[in-house]
Amino acid sequence: MAEMLAQGKQPEVLFWVGCAGSFDDRAKKITKAFVRILNRANVSFAVLGTEESCTGDPAKRAGNEFLFQMQAMMNIEVLNAYEAKKIVTACPHCFNTLKNEYPELGGKYEVVHHTEFLKSLLDDGRLTIEGGQFKGKRITFHDPCYLGRANNVYEAPRDLILKLDAELVEMKRSKANGLCCGAGGAQMFKDAEPGNKEINVERTEDALETKPEIIAAGCPFCNTMMTDGIKNKEKEGEVKVMDIAELIANAQDL
Amino acid sequence: MSYLDNILFAILLVIGFGYFYTNVKKIIRNINLGTDVNRSDNPKARGTNMAMIALGQSKMVKRPIAGALHIIVYVGFVIINIELLEIIIDGLFGTHRVFAFLGTTYDVLIASFEILALLVLVAVISFWIRRNIIKLKRFANPDLTGAPKNDANYILYFEVVLMTLFLLMNASDLHLQNVPGGFSHFIKAGSFPISQFIEPLFNGMSNELVMLLSEIFWWLHITGILIFMNYLYFSKHLHILLAFPNTYFANLNPQGQFDNLESVTKEVKLMMDPNADPFAAAPVDENAVPSKFGASDVQDLNWVQLLNAYTCTECGRCTSSCPANITGKKLSPRKIMMDTRDRMEEVGKNIDANKGIFIPDNKTLLNDYITPEELWACTSCNACVEECPVNISPLSIIMDMRRYLVMEQSAAPMPINAMMTNIENNGAPWQYNQQDRLNWKNE
Repeated sequence: MAEMLAQGKQPEVLFWVGCAGSFDDRAKKITKAFVRILNRANVSFAVLGTEESCTGDPAKRAGNEFLFQMQAMMNIEVLNAYEAKKIVTACPHCFNTLKNEYPELGGKYEVVHHTEFLKSLLDDGRLTIEGGQFKGKRITFHDPCYLGRANNVYEAPRDLILKLDAELVEMKRSKANGLCCGAGGAQMFKDAEPGNKEINVERTEDALETKPEIIAAGCPFCNTMMTDGIKNKEKEGEVKVMDIAELIANAQDL
Repeated sequence: MSYLDNILFAILLVIGFGYFYTNVKKIIRNINLGTDVNRSDNPKARGTNMAMIALGQSKMVKRPIAGALHIIVYVGFVIINIELLEIIIDGLFGTHRVFAFLGTTYDVLIASFEILALLVLVAVISFWIRRNIIKLKRFANPDLTGAPKNDANYILYFEVVLMTLFLLMNASDLHLQNVPGGFSHFIKAGSFPISQFIEPLFNGMSNELVMLLSEIFWWLHITGILIFMNYLYFSKHLHILLAFPNTYFANLNPQGQFDNLESVTKEVKLMMDPNADPFAAAPVDENAVPSKFGASDVQDLNWVQLLNAYTCTECGRCTSSCPANITGKKLSPRKIMMDTRDRMEEVGKNIDANKGIFIPDNKTLLNDYITPEELWACTSCNACVEECPVNISPLSIIMDMRRYLVMEQSAAPMPINAMMTNIENNGAPWQYNQQDRLNWKNE
């Protein structure tokens, strides 16, 4: 972003990579896949790089409003300094926080999830998707809570899967009734309370009931949880967990 | 009818409505124990919500069987209560079927009351079977053992008794209407598609006995209704009234947007202001109450959260969709609401017993009712909020209590503390160097 500004340019969109997308080995692949698509579609974008910091979402959900607001205000100062207008992110938690919780603290931007952004590229004809290797494959989509219920985005990811000429199969609990993967509300960072099952295993069973070849996700945390669930069920050989951005990038051989 | 009956009836009404009124005042007083939150914005969207969700039952039908049965009972309840107007006028003025002059309209009205009464009976019996024979998981859940389980069944029994009395009342009336040459004041009025089948029950009884029975049914019916109305306050059944304000005042923001703590914003702004004098004494405000972060008791919750607690009818849709509960954790969103109400009632009784002042009782909603283990099991996924047919938010209470645990007591689980320390130190929930954020670019 700093480089762009130095050149006197303002990008079309700021890509908020997020902590998972920056540091987590699995999520970094999603980040790179998304960047490949952006480049293919000639989208001028920028990232904050080392000037980006946690949005504060896990702190807020854990109850630490202080830490959340500290993070939020620091980020807002940076974003406002760069005069960011439109932000895209591949993490529904960053998406929700930036979109809904930053405005009250002075950060007002147009924030979209990467599935919505990809859908708009498609609608505008800037990106074409052909089925490629996913033609006819059974794909089920796991709704991230912070994309679906929290912000009512259900169709964009599904529209993209259908564009791949894949067979979209719905789990018995989907869309507004979708079951959480177990990572939200800062659960990602702690052990679960005593119970009789892990939530991600319960959710993976929902997914496996649809006999999918691929479980599509739209959130790096869901991705981790579902991948772990598949390992728990010893199905790594048969079922893959992939982000929507990866599906599209792979279909285009990007 | 002698005037004695009318006077007795008037006294019954005054007692019934009078006692109800005192309890309504208690409910309002208890809800006002909560902190303020502004929900007066956007009346149009709020009105639409109320019309769709409370009046139109739009969220009930997400579960079609329960939804359809509920709509029958709901419509039955609302429509049959038109009959109540006639009963009250008849009772006060000694008239009999005062609306009979409506002719055909009256026939249609009575006929529809009867059909609805039968449908309500069927629905209520189905509800009873679902609870007690089939034992649907959400009704067999440990939250509902003891008093709450009995409460639910009492309500169903009440409805069975009231509907039966209504039909018996009509059947005996019809029997006397059919006496050749007429009998006493029993004019021919109304159409009785259901109670005509009950009417033969009275064959062989003297007309005087049937008339006595008819009067007994009439009195039991209205007395039953008044008792039921007064039972509301002591039961989960308040939702029939509170669903309306509850949906009106419900949160309109996206479910993912958690409220902003203004008190924190002030402090954070001060901390980040380079011109602030760190050694300056805080401005003295005589009336300032030291703000407490989060909630440990009902007085820390806002009034909408307390209204939520009174509105909850313990249907358990929230709990049955909660990922933590499904996987055997202690958290049950329904229990969060039930505990909040129980504690609010306890605080209310304390205030009543101490002439309007709350005397601390060494108990709090946190720990004595809701344990940290329950609170930390929540994934904040909003399934409970989405499911609630009357827009209750158990999640907002869970979050406010987590805030208290973390900001007032520093009592977060260890790994959560580690996560927060990482965010403070290196701007990410994991221990990675801030300078490595862009490394993915070259990998």
